Amino acid sequence: MTAHSFALPLVLCSAFWGLVGIAAPWFVPKGPNRGVIITMLVTTAVCCYLFWLIAILAQANPLFGPQLKNETIWGGRFLWE
Amino acid sequence: MGSLFRSEEVCLAQLFLQSASAYSCISELGERGLLEFRDLNPKVSPFQRRFVGEVRRCEEMEKTFTFLQQELRAAGRLPAPCPESPRAPAAREALRVQEQSEQLAQELREVSRSRSSLRDRLRDLRQHLHVLREGQRFTSLPVGPGREPILDPSLHHHLDRKINFVAGVIHPWRVTAFERLLWRACRGYLVASFVEMPEPMEDPATGESITWVIFLISYWGEQIGQKIRKISNCFHCQVYGYPESEASRTEAITRLHGQIQELSVTLEETEKYLAEVLDKVAQVLPTWRVQVQKMKAIYLVLNQCSFDVTKKCLIAEVWCPVRDLTQVQDALRQGSVSGSCFVQRVPTTESPPTLIRTNKFTAGFQSIVDAYGVASYQEVNPAPYAIITFPFIFAIMFGDVGHGLLMFLFALWMVLYEDSPRLRQGTNEIWLTFFEGRYLILLMGAFSIYTGFIYNECFSKATAIFPSAWSVATMANHSSWSSAYLATHPSLTLDPNVTGVFQGPYPFGIDPIWSLATNHLNFLNSFKMKMSVVLGIVHMGFGVMLGVFNHVHFQQRHRLVLEFLPEMIFLLALFGYLVFLIFYKWIKFSAADSRVAPSILIHFIDMFLFTSNAENLPLYPGQVPVQMVLVVLALASVPVLLLGTPLYQWCRQRGLTVGAHDFAEIFMHQAIHTIEYCLGCVSNTASYLRLWALSLAHAQLSEVLWSMVMRNGFVGLSYVGGVVLVPVFAAFAVLTVAILLVMEGLSAFLHALRLHWVEFQNKFYVGAGYKLCPFAFAPDTWE
Repeated sequence: MTAHSFALPLVLCSAFWGLVGIAAPWFVPKGPNRGVIITMLVTTAVCCYLFWLIAILAQANPLFGPQLKNETIWGGRFLWE
Repeated sequence: MGSLFRSEEVCLAQLFLQSASAYSCISELGERGLLEFRDLNPKVSPFQRRFVGEVRRCEEMEKTFTFLQQELRAAGRLPAPCPESPRAPAAREALRVQEQSEQLAQELREVSRSRSSLRDRLRDLRQHLHVLREGQRFTSLPVGPGREPILDPSLHHHLDRKINFVAGVIHPWRVTAFERLLWRACRGYLVASFVEMPEPMEDPATGESITWVIFLISYWGEQIGQKIRKISNCFHCQVYGYPESEASRTEAITRLHGQIQELSVTLEETEKYLAEVLDKVAQVLPTWRVQVQKMKAIYLVLNQCSFDVTKKCLIAEVWCPVRDLTQVQDALRQGSVSGSCFVQRVPTTESPPTLIRTNKFTAGFQSIVDAYGVASYQEVNPAPYAIITFPFIFAIMFGDVGHGLLMFLFALWMVLYEDSPRLRQGTNEIWLTFFEGRYLILLMGAFSIYTGFIYNECFSKATAIFPSAWSVATMANHSSWSSAYLATHPSLTLDPNVTGVFQGPYPFGIDPIWSLATNHLNFLNSFKMKMSVVLGIVHMGFGVMLGVFNHVHFQQRHRLVLEFLPEMIFLLALFGYLVFLIFYKWIKFSAADSRVAPSILIHFIDMFLFTSNAENLPLYPGQVPVQMVLVVLALASVPVLLLGTPLYQWCRQRGLTVGAHDFAEIFMHQAIHTIEYCLGCVSNTASYLRLWALSLAHAQLSEVLWSMVMRNGFVGLSYVGGVVLVPVFAAFAVLTVAILLVMEGLSAFLHALRLHWVEFQNKFYVGAGYKLCPFAFAPDTWE
């Protein structure tokens, strides 16, 4: 229904997870758990970013569209939009 | 990071303890819990060890404590657990404890015995009193018409037949049998009457309270009397003397009253004294128990040391973390009188135990790694990465915002109240398992919320946080879908080729329109399968890279070139290329080429078989030669992996005499590793498809639960509908928790565990170590 850009979410998400995974480790206070916390931050950033990236890339160029029931189409056409 | 990355350095050390201060040194070390003692007398039986006498003494004391504990429990008191931890007692104090405990036990036994005998006597007296009183009723009853009178002998003494009485108490269940037997045996020559005792009394044998039956038999004739007494004996009746005259009976009753009074007073005094003794016991018993437990543990450790006759000292061999050596020295200095005990490090070729220090957060993750195998000494520990990857892989299979939120809140409650004694001291094993893993569940819930947002599932419903990118109106206008047209066509597909129908990818997650589509599984299956393969290959590649740390640490740099490199090339050339194909197809192919879009699977199979399929267009120009090069590269890395390390080792040791079978063993080991790795790469990649399978199962289950349970609650829009909604929601909630949270949660947990243990750790982990178990005084859990 609305146009979504591809670049904007890409930039935003990359920036966010880049912040978590690359910038935040520098600010972890010194202590016995510093290594563990840095490992956790980096691993989280990598996992979550990769998962989001796969989700958005899989939908970027769809090869087929959704098959809807006629009631859904009617509702979407006349009630929703 | 130190400790969690790989296990700490542990060294073998010898402690030299002077005989006089050995006990206190070990006590000091036990309080700190640093060292693991090795048994230096493994062939000596427990009965021949040095300190067997002391151990036996401790066990005797523990027997006395058990007796005291039982007495306390019988009296209904529970001793409080010991608040602070007392130190192990010195020899003199131990003697005092032993004497006092035995004295208390003796006192307790005596007082209990006298109390029970007093109680018996009191019961006897009361029964007698009741018998006399109730009998009185019969003998002074007025004679009614037609009733056989029980004659008072004093009135009829002129009769030549003398009437006698037998009175006693009998168990109520035996009354009918007794009566019948009496009637058969002495028919007509006796009159028996039975009456229940007004108050129930304790049965001495079983201790339960029974309403006894008093019987009064009047008979005449000596032989009848003997028969009656024999029969009463048989039936275990308590027989009491029944005086013949009224006056003597009243006198007996008064006398009994007096006796009962005195006895009650004495019994009360005895009970008071018993309570005092029990109080004393309850006060000291917990401390004693802990002290004697510690003493016994110390002597068991001392039994493991060897005695050096020349230097007159005990030598103990210990595994000690290098970091704690100064602390050990400190402890020895504190324990010994003249500072004569010391510790000395000794070199060893044996593999030391693994020590990984964890805090309350990391302990849960370390334990799931250890459950498969404790890390070998100083090899890379997978736990710090598992802290995040394990909940993440769980969440891929469990992804649902609602379920994840419930799990997260449950774990949050456990974490916030983790110090409450009610939670900590639960005895239910299943609860304790959940409680131990509270941080694990917390992270699992948090990641499930994230993956739930990406899958766009909240209790199986999609949320439109951003508006959907698919425009139904545009498609309808383009294809002129009027209401009449729609009525004749039950389902229609939106075509992304039409401009304006698809307007860009949904920015965060899966577009909500797919939850309305009937072909949503077509899209989701493709998405989830590719996602599983990509994540699996990334996970496995990470595992192979962790092996680098092991090669570097153990000074085996040749393995970097001869093992790590071929492994990486094999993995990346084949499966890394697959990941590339997946991403390339996502980016390069769109709806315009949907009719001729190539199948990655067919290309991948053709790559291995060096064939090509005319209908399957190439993804990019030059694909076939590139693939040929990659396959050749991968195949070339296999012999390097197979023969590289063994040949290198053989070359290095060519000068020395290395037996042929030694080399054969190395070669065999490497062959197994190669086969396992190469075949494993293929099978493990497929194994990661369980991520797709379980997330599909979870999604379908929650959809079924919604459409078949919850939706039925929305049938009526009236007030009645509102009332109906309540039990429907209750059923929905119970099934959600039982099936989706507990069952699916456990299932996803298990599969995530398997993926970590087998597919991930296969690539670098050996896990053949054993844990360091330091000698420490465990908290008293003996009930």
